[in-house]
Formats: sequence, structure tokens, C-alpha cells
Amino acid sequence: MDESAGRHPLDAIDERQCERLIAAALESGGDYTDLFFEYRNGGDYSLEDGKVKSVGRGVVLGLGVRVLRGDATGYAYTESLHEEAMLQAARTAGQIARSGASPGPMALSGIELPDFYPVKESVLEHSGAEKIELLRRADRAARAVDARVVRVEVYLAEGVRDVLVVNSSGVMARDHQPMVRFMVSAVVESDGKRQSGRSGGAARRGMEQFVVPGQSPEEHGREAARLAVAMLDARDAPAGPMPVVLGPGESGILLHEAVGHGLEADFNRKKTSNYTDQIGQQVASELCTVVDDGTLPNARGSINVDDEGNPGRRNVLIENGRLSAYMQDRISSRHFKTSASGNGRRESFHHEPLPRMTNTLMMAGNDDPEDIIRSVKRGVYAKNFSGGQVNISNGDFVFSLTESYLIEDGKLTAPLKGVNLIGNGPEVLRKVAMVGSDFQLSGGTWTCGKDGQSVPVGIGTPTVKISEITVGGTQKS
Amino acid sequence: MSQPNVKRKTPLMPDTAACQRVAEEMMSYAIAAGADGAEVLLREGAELEVKVRLGETELVKEAGSRGLGLRVIKNSRVANTHSSDFDPAAMKILAAETVKLAELAEPDEFAALPERSEMARNFPDLGLWDDKVALFDVQMALDWAQAAESAARGFDKRITNSDGATFGRVMGASAFVSSAGFSGSSRGTYASGVVRPICDDAEGKKRNGYWWTGNRLAHLIENAESIGIEAARRTVAKLGPRKLATQDCPVIFPPETAKQLVGKLAGLASGGAIWRKSSYFAEREGTQVAAPSITLIDDPLIPGASGSRAFDGEGVATRPNAIVEAGILKTFLCDTYSARKLGRTSTGSAGRGIGGGAYVTTSNLILRPGTMSPEQIAELDGAFFVTELMGFGFNAVTGDFSQGAGGFWIEKGEKVFPVSEVTISVNFDDLWKRIDAVGCDLDTRTSVHSPTLRVSSMTIAGT
Repeated sequence: MDESAGRHPLDAIDERQCERLIAAALESGGDYTDLFFEYRNGGDYSLEDGKVKSVGRGVVLGLGVRVLRGDATGYAYTESLHEEAMLQAARTAGQIARSGASPGPMALSGIELPDFYPVKESVLEHSGAEKIELLRRADRAARAVDARVVRVEVYLAEGVRDVLVVNSSGVMARDHQPMVRFMVSAVVESDGKRQSGRSGGAARRGMEQFVVPGQSPEEHGREAARLAVAMLDARDAPAGPMPVVLGPGESGILLHEAVGHGLEADFNRKKTSNYTDQIGQQVASELCTVVDDGTLPNARGSINVDDEGNPGRRNVLIENGRLSAYMQDRISSRHFKTSASGNGRRESFHHEPLPRMTNTLMMAGNDDPEDIIRSVKRGVYAKNFSGGQVNISNGDFVFSLTESYLIEDGKLTAPLKGVNLIGNGPEVLRKVAMVGSDFQLSGGTWTCGKDGQSVPVGIGTPTVKISEITVGGTQKS
Repeated sequence: MSQPNVKRKTPLMPDTAACQRVAEEMMSYAIAAGADGAEVLLREGAELEVKVRLGETELVKEAGSRGLGLRVIKNSRVANTHSSDFDPAAMKILAAETVKLAELAEPDEFAALPERSEMARNFPDLGLWDDKVALFDVQMALDWAQAAESAARGFDKRITNSDGATFGRVMGASAFVSSAGFSGSSRGTYASGVVRPICDDAEGKKRNGYWWTGNRLAHLIENAESIGIEAARRTVAKLGPRKLATQDCPVIFPPETAKQLVGKLAGLASGGAIWRKSSYFAEREGTQVAAPSITLIDDPLIPGASGSRAFDGEGVATRPNAIVEAGILKTFLCDTYSARKLGRTSTGSAGRGIGGGAYVTTSNLILRPGTMSPEQIAELDGAFFVTELMGFGFNAVTGDFSQGAGGFWIEKGEKVFPVSEVTISVNFDDLWKRIDAVGCDLDTRTSVHSPTLRVSSMTIAGT
């Protein structure tokens, strides 16, 4: 487990070996193959009730082999990097093709990649004691907020994911993907009532993450406790359609779910997305420009290279309301006769790549955020979300709010209990009435799930007013 | 199912004895490295998954995988590590590093292994393995998926597209060894198939639906055609949905959505959530938490069931536990840690993954069925029949519950139109106390078995 004790496991993979594996993968007649070597090294620390409760460490190493024949995928993987095991995986993946001649030899060449996530001080190289002190600082800060804080949990996960992607087009790309994730949760108790609050952050950084404004252990500790305390006075949320103001940053989850998934190219290639065949059409209010950007410095969803060997990119998906592009992986980009967009991602070497989001953003508009709130007579201000879900085929979505406020006569009044927003992605984007000038990237710990695969993503928005969304509370007006 | 074409090509079968040997070897290295106590979980498995879409093969995935997890206790300090390297030299290094890692943790008086007397001694054959499922091969899986999708597409002209049909099979062996006096292993199979048809609806919207089958045993995997037809029937039924007016009304949950509610109810009784005060069930033991018609049992000993197991994630002997009996909360489910936190003993409810220590989990959750047929339960004029739930709107601390829902509106006992884009809300405590009908139609495909449930009143937020 000690990296310094020997060579990096991926250093043992050489070009000749890759060429042999590619030849084996294509020997049954597949028309493309890629090899995905992955080495993950991570650890975690948890503190509960003021005590470091457990410490963990894990290493994962393996190879995934994919063979394509037309749009069909053959896939196999192995945890052993012995040549025999790798050759067997290559041949198993190759069984998708049953006949045909194997292509001639090709030359592999490494590609130069930018570095969107330089790390100053790798978390893994710091002592456990230093990391444990981060947990304690958050714990102390949370408890100092209010005497009613009865429980605090703090969790820190550190990890690096090294990938080497080699494909039969001759590309050989290697990337080192760091991630640090920090979470605090607090429970408060008052007059027999209990509430909980959470705050967390994640980024492709090292120890310097904890001096980024908003990301210090103290700030997360205080925020978790503040949220829990605020919720003690929360009221039942209203029920029915009404204007909703989405706060900056975290509301990006709505964009991710309601719009982003529908713009993944596989759903459009298969004509199962509600955005199928709509490139060039007006699909949102003119105020909306939506971008998927894998190049944001140190952001959770950024990638120097995707898991098919294509460099990470900034892609404009919707420009002034008009649909301009889908997010592509290799299979879909061939279908659409367009270039790869750097969105072919996978959870691990156990999984085949799919078109996935990186950091999905709505760009800033011209409205003053204060004016946006002032424009609402009665509605809901959405600040924090626990998650969301969308039906890709028709765009129907549900979002769960963990922090929201009633807006009455242009002012935020009572905090509301946990409530859902429900609606339809394309319809909501047409109902975007105002867009603030206050764009914020969420620093949160967002993870996106699709077909059982989880990948880290980023989200961001300015303050946005939606003229009407159904709010799923219990108070009928 | 229709005579699968099982080829007698022998796949690499998981070997329980070999797993147990390696796990015991890992244990000896951990003790030699200075651990006071240790637990080793080792898993070896193989998966096969195929997907067919519009009659064409889209994915064939086949691979074997393995991993081991090590938990070490040294001076009441805990560390967890995992690795997929079974080389003895690598295992020795892992043992030494894990023991060293434990020094970073603080002494936790509650961290301990189970008592020797709690460990499982009998290993009843729970019928979790079927050679026929283990021998399902790529061709058989493709045939099932082809037949199922084709049946769905042929059922109704309004099925205009497909998100494909998937058939998969997993088999695996696992071994668990504890220095508290346990060494055991088990193996299991499971196969499942799903079909996802799509229809075009008004305004360019699409409606999708699905239906599926799954079981550990080959003869209980349902016929591909019948699954395809049921998927198609359910999908076309969603065409032309309406929203509902915001109102209070009775809500009916058929088994596919009822089981989501049952899973949440059991989660509230998890010992881990109780000592963390993150469940509103804390301090509610012995009190009414549901209508008298509700009895919820966690039963790990049902032969052939997907969640069955003879020993838990710490080696403790498993047993059925009544969580709710006639609406009264009878017990919390505990692993060793939460049991010690709460001053009681383990209920044999520990789960464990390769990546970490034990946690409280359920095995097979059974909501005891009633006597009413689903038709009798729907004998209402004005009720919402919920076939889909969406979103994460549940707060276990307060019981606030608000979820997106889709389904059908019921008048005079009949489904009169499909419904989409509404939310249903009620406090979860009230939801369970308001159950006024429990069906006889238990669905046993997954590890949560539930019949149809009816709640006398919930708030619908719509137009």
C-alpha cells in the first residue's frame, strides 16, 4: 500500500504490452478497442461524538477492456495485471465480434494534456494527525454555534485516481485525478424536537482546499449547525404551483437533473430524450445559456482527459435558449458525425464509458439578485438541496429542498420544512423569468448516478426566478 | 422459463473453500502483526450482463472480480482497509499497515467483536445457489432479452421506441473470518431481466415504463414474453397523463411503491440511526408507530430468498426479528456496535462491505399481508394509485415526507386516467398510522416483500 516503496503500478504498463492486448481484443473482428487501466488509492477518517472513530485505507487496481463493433459494446475487466489475465479479459470483451479480420499493427503515441487541477500539497502525503485536526476543528466550530447541538459527525475522504487510457486509434493518455471530500453533519435538540443540518465540500485539490473561502473546517462546522438550528423553527411548506427563486450555486442541481441528463448524447442517439432532434431549436427562455465545462480549475467535475482518452473541454449546450450541442461519448459522436466532447466517463474499470456531465453551469444574467426576490409576492426561495431525480424520456423531475424560505411581499420570511419541487425540465427552462448577475460554482460534494455508475460532478448557477413550479408541501392556500 | 439453451461450457465457479482459506490466511497475518482482534471478509464473484435494443445487441459484459476487507482492533482502536491483491507478501504488508493505521484512531470502548457465544454454529442450506443460474451464458441471456423486448414492441402499436431489454446474472462466494471465533462461507446466485418500452405522447413528450423478473433460482425467472407484455401494458397505460388538483385524498401504494415505504420504515428502526438520534423512532420502543394492521418482520432464514443468510456481517447467528407487531414498535435492529451503544445485544443484523466495518442492515423484510385483494382496496371513488415515487424527500429525524409521484386516478374502483407531476406529502408517522387497508398480494422478488397498502389521507400538491 505504500506507494513510495516501489514504482507506481501503472508505470509497469508499457506500449508493447498494450499493443498485444489491443491485438487480442480485436482478433475476433471488433472495429475499435480501448484499455482503461485504473489505480485508486484512498483513505478516510471519521469523527463522531468528539472521537476519531475509525480510519480507513484502500487500494484498487484493475483493467477494463472495451471492444466496439458498430454501436455494440463488449466489456470485460480484471483486477490482475498479469499478462495472462489481461489477455483473457481482452478476448472476452472481443467476443462481441465473431468474425472478420483483425486490423494491422498501429503506433501508440502519448497525448499532451493540460493540468486543470494542480495540487499544492497532496492530502495523502500529510500525516494522519494533521487530517484528524481538521476533523476536530469542524467539531469544535459546530458545537460552539449553539448549546442545543447534541451530535456532530465529521468525515474526510482523500483519494487519487490514476488512469491510463490506451485505444486502437493510437491514443495513450495518462492522468492523475486527486479528490478531497469533507462533510459535517450536526443534530440539534430543543424541547423534544430534533433537526439535522449538513455542510460539505469537495474539490480536486490537496490540503490547500481547507483555506479556500467557504471550505475551512470551521465554516462547514458552523454551517451544519446553523442549518440544524434554523430548521427548528421551520414551518410546513405550501402546496401547489407558485413562483420559485433558485438561490445561486446549489440550485445547479436542478439544471443538472432537469436539463443536463436530457442533453447526454446517448439518449438523443436512441431518441429517448425529450431533447431528441432539437439542435438549433429554442428549448429555453432566451435568458438561459447552459455550459458543461470540464476545464474549471480544481472543480470536482473537471477532467484533463475523459475515460475514453479525449481531452476535457468546455461545451456550450444551450446558448440564449437555443440548443447548440449534446454531450458526446465515442459511440454517440460517431453516430452524430461530430467530434468527441470530452464527456465519456465511467465510475471505474468495472464499467463501460457513457456520456456524462462534468461541471454543468448556467451562465450569469443581468438581474440584481435582490430585485429577483423583491419581484415575488408569494413564493419559495430555494437555497439548499439534498438531491434530485429526472425521467429522461419526458423531463419530469423532483428536487428535494433541505433549506428553503417562504417569500412574502418580496421578502424572505419563514424557513420551510423539507419539501419537494416537482415539474418538467423543458417547461421550467421556458419559465425562467429573471437571471441574476451573481453566478456561483457550488463547492459541494455532488455525485451523479446513471445506469448504476457514480461519477463526481460540479454544478453552478446565478440566482434564477422561475415563474411557476409545483411546490410539494402540505399547506394549501 | 422457456427451456434456456444452457451450454455445458463450465464457467469459473466461485470456490467457497478457497475463499475461506485465503481469508483465514489474512487473519493469521493480522494477528501476527499485533492486532488484538480482526475480521476478514473476502468476496469472489462473476457477472454477466447483456442488453438488447431494437433487436440489436448493445452490450455484452462478462467478468470476474474479487476483493478482501480487513478490520483490525488494537487497544480499542479501529482501522479498516481493503485490497484486491491476494499475494501473500501483499497481504502481510496490508496486515502491518492496517495495525499501524489503527493508532490514528482513538480508543472506542464500544468497538468490540461479538461474544464467541453469539457466533453462528449451524449453517442451514438456505438454497441460495442454483447451478442452472450459474450456467446461464451469453447466448441464453441474449435470447431472453431479444424475446422480451420483441414481445413488448409487438404488443401495442403505440410502443414506438425502446430503452432496451437487459438480462444479467451474478454469482459469488464469500468468506468471513473473525478472531472472536468464527470462520464461514456461503455462495449464491441471482438472475434478473428487465424490459423498458417507450411510447410517444402528445407535445413531443415520451412515456417510459418497465417490468422485470428476478430470482436466485432459474425456475422462478419469469418467461421473457410475459415480462415484455407486462412492461408494454404498463407503458401504454401512462399515455395522456394529467396533473391532479391540490387536495387531500386516499392514496394506494401497490407492492412496487409500498416496498419503498417499508424499506424506510425499517431504516428508522436501525440501531445505528437510534443511537445517532437520527431517527424519530428513538424512545418510541413499545409504542404505537403504525396502524394495528401492520406487522413487519426481518427474516433472514427464508429458503431461496434474495436477502437470506445464515450468519451476519460479524459472524453472528441470524434469526427473524419482529420490528413492528400489530402497529407496536417491538425492537431495534442492531449490530454489535449499536447494541453496545444502546446497552443490548446484537440482533444478528450486521451487514458488511469490502470497504469498511459493520453496519446495521436488513435481510428479507416482510410486511405481513392482509386479506384484501388489490381490487377491494381500490374500491373507492376518488383516490390516487401510486405506481412511481421520485426524489429524496424524507427526513428520518422529523418524519417529514414529500415525494414526487405518478400513477392513476381512481373513481368508482377503476383507474380513470394516468397522473404525473404531482407530489404527495404527509408526516411519515401519520402515514403509517393512517394505513386502513393491507393487501394479500405479497411481492417477493426483492429482499423487501410488501403487499398493497392504502393510506386514508395524504396531501397531493398539483395544480
